[in-house]
Amino acid sequence: MSYFNTLLFGVYPYIALAVFVIGSLIRYDRDQYSWKTSSSQIFESRQLRIGSILFHIGVLAVLAGHFVGLLTPVEIWHALGVSASFKQGLAMAAGGIFGLVCFVGLTMLIHRRLTNPRVRANSSNMDIGILLLLYAQLILGLLSIFVSAGHMDGAEMIKMMTWAQSVVTLNAVQAAASMVDVHWIYKLHITLGMTLFVLFPFSRLVHIWSVPVRYVTRNYQVVRAR
Amino acid sequence: MKVRAQIGMVLNLDKCIGCHTCSITCKNVWTSREGVEYAWFNNVESKPGIGYPKEWENQEKWKGGWKRTEGGKLQPRIGGRHRVLANIFGNPDLPTIDEYYEPFDYDYEHLHKAPELNHQPTARPRSLISGQRMEKIEWGPNWEEILGTEFEKRRKDKNFDNIQAEIYGEFEKTFLMYVPRLCEHCLNPACVASCPSGAIYKREEDGIVLIDQDKCRGWRMCVSACPYKKIYYNWKSGKSEKCIFCYPRIEAGQPTICSETCVGRIRYLGVLLYDADRIEEAASAANEQDLYQAQLDIFLDPNDPEVRKAARAEGIPEAWLESAVNSPVYKMAMDWKVALPLHPEYRTLPMVWYVPPLSPIQNAASQGNIGMNGEIPDLKSLRIPLRYLANMLTAGDEKPVVQALERMLAMRAFMRARHVDKTEDLEVLEQVGLTRARVEEMYRIMALANYEDRFVIPTTHRAYAENAYDLKSSCGFSFGNGCSDGNNPVNLFGAKKPAVRQVIPVVQKED
Repeated sequence: MSYFNTLLFGVYPYIALAVFVIGSLIRYDRDQYSWKTSSSQIFESRQLRIGSILFHIGVLAVLAGHFVGLLTPVEIWHALGVSASFKQGLAMAAGGIFGLVCFVGLTMLIHRRLTNPRVRANSSNMDIGILLLLYAQLILGLLSIFVSAGHMDGAEMIKMMTWAQSVVTLNAVQAAASMVDVHWIYKLHITLGMTLFVLFPFSRLVHIWSVPVRYVTRNYQVVRAR
Repeated sequence: MKVRAQIGMVLNLDKCIGCHTCSITCKNVWTSREGVEYAWFNNVESKPGIGYPKEWENQEKWKGGWKRTEGGKLQPRIGGRHRVLANIFGNPDLPTIDEYYEPFDYDYEHLHKAPELNHQPTARPRSLISGQRMEKIEWGPNWEEILGTEFEKRRKDKNFDNIQAEIYGEFEKTFLMYVPRLCEHCLNPACVASCPSGAIYKREEDGIVLIDQDKCRGWRMCVSACPYKKIYYNWKSGKSEKCIFCYPRIEAGQPTICSETCVGRIRYLGVLLYDADRIEEAASAANEQDLYQAQLDIFLDPNDPEVRKAARAEGIPEAWLESAVNSPVYKMAMDWKVALPLHPEYRTLPMVWYVPPLSPIQNAASQGNIGMNGEIPDLKSLRIPLRYLANMLTAGDEKPVVQALERMLAMRAFMRARHVDKTEDLEVLEQVGLTRARVEEMYRIMALANYEDRFVIPTTHRAYAENAYDLKSSCGFSFGNGCSDGNNPVNLFGAKKPAVRQVIPVVQKED
């Protein structure tokens, strides 16, 4: 187990999570005026609507899949009677379909952001950077499906589930150990994923925290007394 | 009965000369910033025309305001809560910048930096959004000024509904009126209802509708939901902004900047008391033409002891009750019925009302015999079609418009008889249901329109509500986030960036 492996999969996850949580809190507290979706729909609506809807549906489904797939303990899957190889197949199929939906949307959004002069002129480096990183992350994820197809027994997947579950149960040693011999494409994918967590508080991604769930039950009218 | 107070506004269109002073002073104070150059919290439109943004009155297109469902419930026209959330990744009803206009500036620098040329140098326009050259400016904030552009385009004006509009394209039949527009600070605001973040709110003490700039997340639903299209997305800050009714001035008892600077003295500000418990009932009247009356019905008489008692119980200060008694807005809307709401059919219960304009008797009518209704000319011979005004102000019901115009004509006839013929023409007043005392008050407030009669604004007594010591040396008015503008390319969390000041270097000459 190399030093580098420990750093990336034993230490970096905690750095990323700390920056993600504390950074978000500080920004929310200190600079809420900058907390926004940063929409550019007013400049261009048609491409954005198609691209954004496809992207968001795809990415939300993929994220939900990662969350459930990585963090649900193996014992629960056993109890449910889901074998590792079946689960891996399901993850590859669902991830593949929604990944492609997301890919189409993200491609449109990147094309729009880089070629529409109005949108381009009002994009920060972070806006473009985040889009490209998400694109890279998505492509890595889609490519990993082909790697996974080479070993349908679910063993690699179990390793990464162990990693994720070790990270959240604060077992850094086991986390790093579980990642030692997985395929490099997964390592790259996970490292980039953690990097996105690091960048989260400094980018427009913070709008994810602001999913307006309370709107569903709120009164239509809002009156504030002094 | 839950009494609430609101500062309302009336604009006397009969006196508006379309000078745009209101728009300019408003812009200079509130929207001369990057991101909202295109936004006019107050703008003056020449009517008939499609307006700004394009066709804002066409709610089949923009889906603003409320609609009444089969069950008699109200729902924003853009859709209920679930529909709004379903559209959160891309608002299908959002006007793009071209519907307003692409903001631009001119390359003025070229005028004094150009080398010697055969031709005069020119300052060509440049987009403020993309920074690119604009070869041709296609649209602007007031493109239809004084009936600019061909009638075919202005024909799309929604107020032409149920009117044989073609004849008004003929030169002899054409007509013109100005409509200054600002946020209506509605009693039943659709923008508030559609905001997923809950950032838009109505202030309890004076009814001003504001957007909490810290809480706004830029979901843009309010832009669509407002039927008056008076919420603007600031493309720089990524937040929505709207007319704030100059609340720092209102709190101090001063009129809004648009009212203060109106050279025609057409604007009035005053307190209205209303029953907040009956807002929903009023806004859901089955027939659109009943909405005007329904809104009148929830306004409360400030002279009624019961109302005053209930108002005191709600904590409304005595000064506000006094102002409500003297409110020019209450008088024009309730006592004289000369002020009417703008598009009541949107069901938002707007609180900026309009006195419809009189217009010249048509040529054809004046050459032959003008139709007279007693001493008042037949309003059908006015140049601006009654139906047009009714479509704008009373959801198509001509009766309130006729009454308002007849009362204004009667006031003119009465005062003319008094000053020119030296007679008291009480007959004309009787015809329109006015008394001498009432018409004298109308004349004082509407024709003379002295400052203290136009603006009856109680101060908000903020000093009691806030600790003045805490406010010492603070930022005063800012756009959210305390002293920071939150828009800084250097600092990670957007601390304040140093102001750029253009200082002319002083050169000391040595002898």
